[in-house]
Amino acid sequence: MSVIRVIPRLDIKGPNLVKGVHLEGLRVLGKAEHFANKYFQQGADEILYIDTVASLYGRDNLLDIVRRSAENIFVPLTAGGGIRSIEDIRSLLRAGADKVAINTGAIQNPHLISESSRMFGAQCIVISICAKHRGKGDYEAWTDNARERSGKNVFDWACQAVDLGAGELLITCIDQEGTSKGYDIDLVRRIADSVSVPVIACGGAGLSQHCLEVIRDGHADALCAASIFHYCELEELQSREQYQEEGNVEFLKKSRDTMGFLKNRLHPINIPDLKVYLQTHGVNCRMLESTEEVKSEHCQKFMQ
Amino acid sequence: MDACIVDYGLGNLFSLQKVFRFLGAKVEVTDDPVKIRSANKLILPGVGAFEDGIHNLKKTGLDIAIKDFVQTGKPLLGICLGMQLLMDESEENGLFQGLGIIPGRVVRLEGPGPEDMPYKIPHVGWNRVFYPQSKEKLLQPWDGTIFGHLKDGSFIYFVHSYQVVPSDQSVILSETVYGRNRFCSALQRGSLYACQFHPEVSGGAGLQIMDNFLKIVK
Repeated sequence: MSVIRVIPRLDIKGPNLVKGVHLEGLRVLGKAEHFANKYFQQGADEILYIDTVASLYGRDNLLDIVRRSAENIFVPLTAGGGIRSIEDIRSLLRAGADKVAINTGAIQNPHLISESSRMFGAQCIVISICAKHRGKGDYEAWTDNARERSGKNVFDWACQAVDLGAGELLITCIDQEGTSKGYDIDLVRRIADSVSVPVIACGGAGLSQHCLEVIRDGHADALCAASIFHYCELEELQSREQYQEEGNVEFLKKSRDTMGFLKNRLHPINIPDLKVYLQTHGVNCRMLESTEEVKSEHCQKFMQ
Repeated sequence: MDACIVDYGLGNLFSLQKVFRFLGAKVEVTDDPVKIRSANKLILPGVGAFEDGIHNLKKTGLDIAIKDFVQTGKPLLGICLGMQLLMDESEENGLFQGLGIIPGRVVRLEGPGPEDMPYKIPHVGWNRVFYPQSKEKLLQPWDGTIFGHLKDGSFIYFVHSYQVVPSDQSVILSETVYGRNRFCSALQRGSLYACQFHPEVSGGAGLQIMDNFLKIVK
């Protein structure tokens, strides 16, 4: 069995890490690089940055964040949000991204997939598909960070994107996103079983069990999650009373209330613990080497 | 200058440069055959199609410069497509001659059979590197190589659809298992190294590999 990947998703707005529900109603959680760095050190297999407002306000913030965080992250870094052209892709790669995630730009101009795949290699072109259920097992692809509908059937679009040269697919179910109710297993499985490239499932993880299900039953090659990791890190920051520097104080003070409806559903867990959980349930994960096995002084400095 | 990275227009060199910055090494990205011939160490990176890679190298005369460099016996590291280009030939999208520095071929990874658990081609993600079966009886087959300090079964990041099959099994430095394939994930002949995976995005293990490479003396 292949080794699955655990990918924290960091939605950003300006310099901040934010989190919404159904990709809307964003709340500021803290500084994006702090979270990215922490996740890398904890053994994240990849890091995903999505600029939630890039399509509205340009990509300069995303470039800045990628540039700042890429310097100390040595796992693949994927960046997305507002990518419309080859030039957009090139500037993100130059800023330090290893892959780009494209949604709206690809739907509006599918040719961008083939062109970028040929130019930069399929391995760095991730097509991001935001799916919304429209009844009877039919899903529509939405664009502009789930603000606009495209009219495209998700399954047809997924196959078309792969035919055009997509290296991976990032499938986010809008209905589940931010709800902590679990991934849309049926959606993920139908796509994962019908395409030749890896499928990254996103949207809805609230429990470790959800992560297990999307791999085991949804046949996802990688799982992407946000709240489950972010709130775990926030709780740790709070306990160390570091949140005045890193976190959003106002939010954290009343987090118990604002989290309200999530309180019972969301069970935050950190990446190492999630991997142990998955491993004990028969899912292959990459576990971090312990420090004594990495003897080079540079690497030791960095592993600690 | 500690090392030169061959720039032949394929692939993202920024992650690679970042790793060298982190390790405190001075590297230069270059397409100048003169600099490549006289480099202390050479890195041949690359992602993309074999045909484009060999075409670009030949068009710019870099193929000869790389072969000249190899003659000096100084350390070289081929990464991903850079590994495949060292071989005699590749069957990717036809049949193309490689640099012919390492005898052997580049063939497609075998997909799952009807009875197998499904797996995908390309092989994308983390996987383990193991001691090669031919060297398992050696106590520490990786000591003094680019895998120094790594343990058998370390995790590394891969992205590829093709594998290298060297004619001489003794050059195999590590093997990786993916579905039906047990393929050569790294090879070594003297100071010449090549790996199918991407050490620049392989976490602490990848940093260790790059650090080891920088410390290898001819």
